[in-house]
Amino acid sequence: MPSSVNRRLMAAAAATGGLVLLVSGCSYLSGGDGGTADTSDIDCSPYEQWEDTGGTVSIYASIRDEEGDRLEESWADFAACTGITVQYEGSGEFEAQLPVRLDGGNAPDLAFIPQPGLLERAAEDGHAVPVADGVQSNVESGWSEDWQGYATVDGDLYGSPLGANMKSMVWYSPTFFNENGHEVPETWDEMVELSDTIAADGTKPWCVGFESGDATGWPGTDWIENALLRTSGTDVYHDWIAHDIPFDAPEVEEAFDLADGIIRNEDYVNGTFGGVDSIAVTSFQEAGMPLLDGGCALYLMGSFYGAQFEDDVEIGEDADIYGFVLPPLEADAEVPIMGGGEFVVAFDDRDEVVAMHEYLSSGEYANQRASLGSWVSAHQDLDQSVLADPTDQFTAEVLNDPDTVFHFDGSDAMPSSVGTNVFWGGMVDWVTGADTATVLESVESAWP
Amino acid sequence: MEFSFLNELPKLVWMLIGIVVFLGVIGLMLVLLDAPRSKRDRWQAVFFLGPAVLLLLGGLVYPVIRTTVLSFYDRSGDTFVGLANYLWMFQRPEILQVLLNTLLWVLFAPVLATAVGLLYAVLIDRSRFESLAKSLVFMPMAISFVGASIIWRFVYAYRPADQEQYGLLNQIVVWFGGEPQLWLLNQPLNTFLLILVLIWVQAGFAMVVMSAAIKAIPTETVEAARIDGAGPWQLFSRITLPSVWPTLLVVLITISVQTLKVFDIVRTMTGGNYGTSVIANEMYSQAFSQGQLGQGSALAVFLFVLVIPLVVLQIRRNRKARELA
Repeated sequence: MPSSVNRRLMAAAAATGGLVLLVSGCSYLSGGDGGTADTSDIDCSPYEQWEDTGGTVSIYASIRDEEGDRLEESWADFAACTGITVQYEGSGEFEAQLPVRLDGGNAPDLAFIPQPGLLERAAEDGHAVPVADGVQSNVESGWSEDWQGYATVDGDLYGSPLGANMKSMVWYSPTFFNENGHEVPETWDEMVELSDTIAADGTKPWCVGFESGDATGWPGTDWIENALLRTSGTDVYHDWIAHDIPFDAPEVEEAFDLADGIIRNEDYVNGTFGGVDSIAVTSFQEAGMPLLDGGCALYLMGSFYGAQFEDDVEIGEDADIYGFVLPPLEADAEVPIMGGGEFVVAFDDRDEVVAMHEYLSSGEYANQRASLGSWVSAHQDLDQSVLADPTDQFTAEVLNDPDTVFHFDGSDAMPSSVGTNVFWGGMVDWVTGADTATVLESVESAWP
Repeated sequence: MEFSFLNELPKLVWMLIGIVVFLGVIGLMLVLLDAPRSKRDRWQAVFFLGPAVLLLLGGLVYPVIRTTVLSFYDRSGDTFVGLANYLWMFQRPEILQVLLNTLLWVLFAPVLATAVGLLYAVLIDRSRFESLAKSLVFMPMAISFVGASIIWRFVYAYRPADQEQYGLLNQIVVWFGGEPQLWLLNQPLNTFLLILVLIWVQAGFAMVVMSAAIKAIPTETVEAARIDGAGPWQLFSRITLPSVWPTLLVVLITISVQTLKVFDIVRTMTGGNYGTSVIANEMYSQAFSQGQLGQGSALAVFLFVLVIPLVVLQIRRNRKARELA
């Protein structure tokens, strides 16, 4: 056989073979392995209204690993009964990549957005679609007005709340407290007194850690937001986020001073990690661990921190680890709660997307997801008896208390150039020695 | 989460598809090129250059134009703001810090990496363990910047004095009776500690190229110099250095371009915190994390402008080398 014919044959074979592989590969990726799920042993009655919807819904969020698996498990029955194929994708770069996907015309059907600032941006840029009527009524009956407000842009509701967490929580070790005769403080002054007592016994009372990779500094903003809510109350807090008062208003300086008394106090921090400046390089995940062996006694961190502890650490009111709500300044003052959560936002209004969104905003979903563990919702129909974890029970109790006014994490609600950048950076500068006025002024001057 | 081959399968399939598409295109081109010989040359040019030109247009030229246009618009790309983004860049103290850091990187990293590589190449030249010594220095090249950064994060790790150190550097300090330091926090030392990572990775590249250049020096020249009574230093400064000078410049320029776009090291080690951010990192952070498309684009354009002279220099040198050959 002449060599040129030979070569041509080879090339043709490569091209054809390639095509075959390409086609089979594509069909594999588009879910050829799926097949229809067996619905015979699932009780499909809760999903009757969405029966035979069919279709595919893509969901994009920042939730990954074990939590991501639990999410997928939480809607498995729904998917099987309605015939909807749910394609879930969790990404560590969600906040950065969502706008890229939106601008690139590659929007997911639903996204779980943890920042009202980002939600607002998606709505203003015309990517997000206002919620369907079914979702609207679910949200109105399920969540308090403060929650609805965070997903409302120009009078239209653009999302339904999903999970929630509480960031006004001080983690402590009940064992350590019992052994040393300490009691959970009721006011800020009592907390300072307690810190002094523990410091006098030779233990650094507080652990603090701001390091969080790209997001380093955010735990510091939680300190300031909690302090501001306690020194100046709800109205000032909201004015501050909306920039109706400047970032460096005297009220804010007062809040910094309150936090200053604890986190920049060499006698109080930083349990087993070093001096005040070690806060900047201690990761928030690692920072609370000394609670377990008496390295420090108190750690302000969100309710989600419970997931950081190993399985053999017992969480409970008389166990190894538990939390209390960061106390107010005065004994019988209102206790402000600050926290975060995700909002389900839709970028399409196909039937199956609406069906999925309706389900995610329902009380049934909240209970279904909560029963799988490590998750709390501020949904008023959440049945607290399905919560297995004491931290979740505690959080749900606080969040669903009718007297609780929930304040969304201020830095997440500010424009992202401030809330996720200069403010975070400012907190790092602050714990490494910059004076309060300089930090405040620098953040204020960066406001767009 | 455990690594599961099955879970990773989709990625592998995508990779396979990529390879297959590539092979398919090549196969198709070969089939078509084997067609009758008329006008063959022109078609050959179209077939071989066509895909490259298309990819360049779509992947390089268009983004450059769009980025440049965006840099004159506001955060969402709707309102024309003129030079505001460029003025912002030179007015915000934290961005000035970023520019200064980039300057430090460009001044120190390429020169030091090349110098270390050259020195090492000279020292091990024709020694008994040359290939072993070369492999040792070259090995970091096989590690990605992210991998290297993770290794060095451990080297710089900090624990207070009363605890066991796990950071190598602090352990050494403690052995000598010093206080452990928060290395990554101390400005501007931290920037230099990050530069060290780049040098660690790139010195191997410089060494290999310089070693080849040294070996290309004619033995007659070296021997003649020896007979004339040149000592080691004279041999280095009068013979070796002038002979390898063109290669040295190529290495220097290559590492400079690498340095200007350094992103992975900063992102992995400090996330740009503690005053260590550089242009490439700030650009990503502004454009994507904070949604400031205009400001991010302005930084990108600025970086592009900085790289151009180096690329021009490189191309000129290449052309000159070809003319000489």
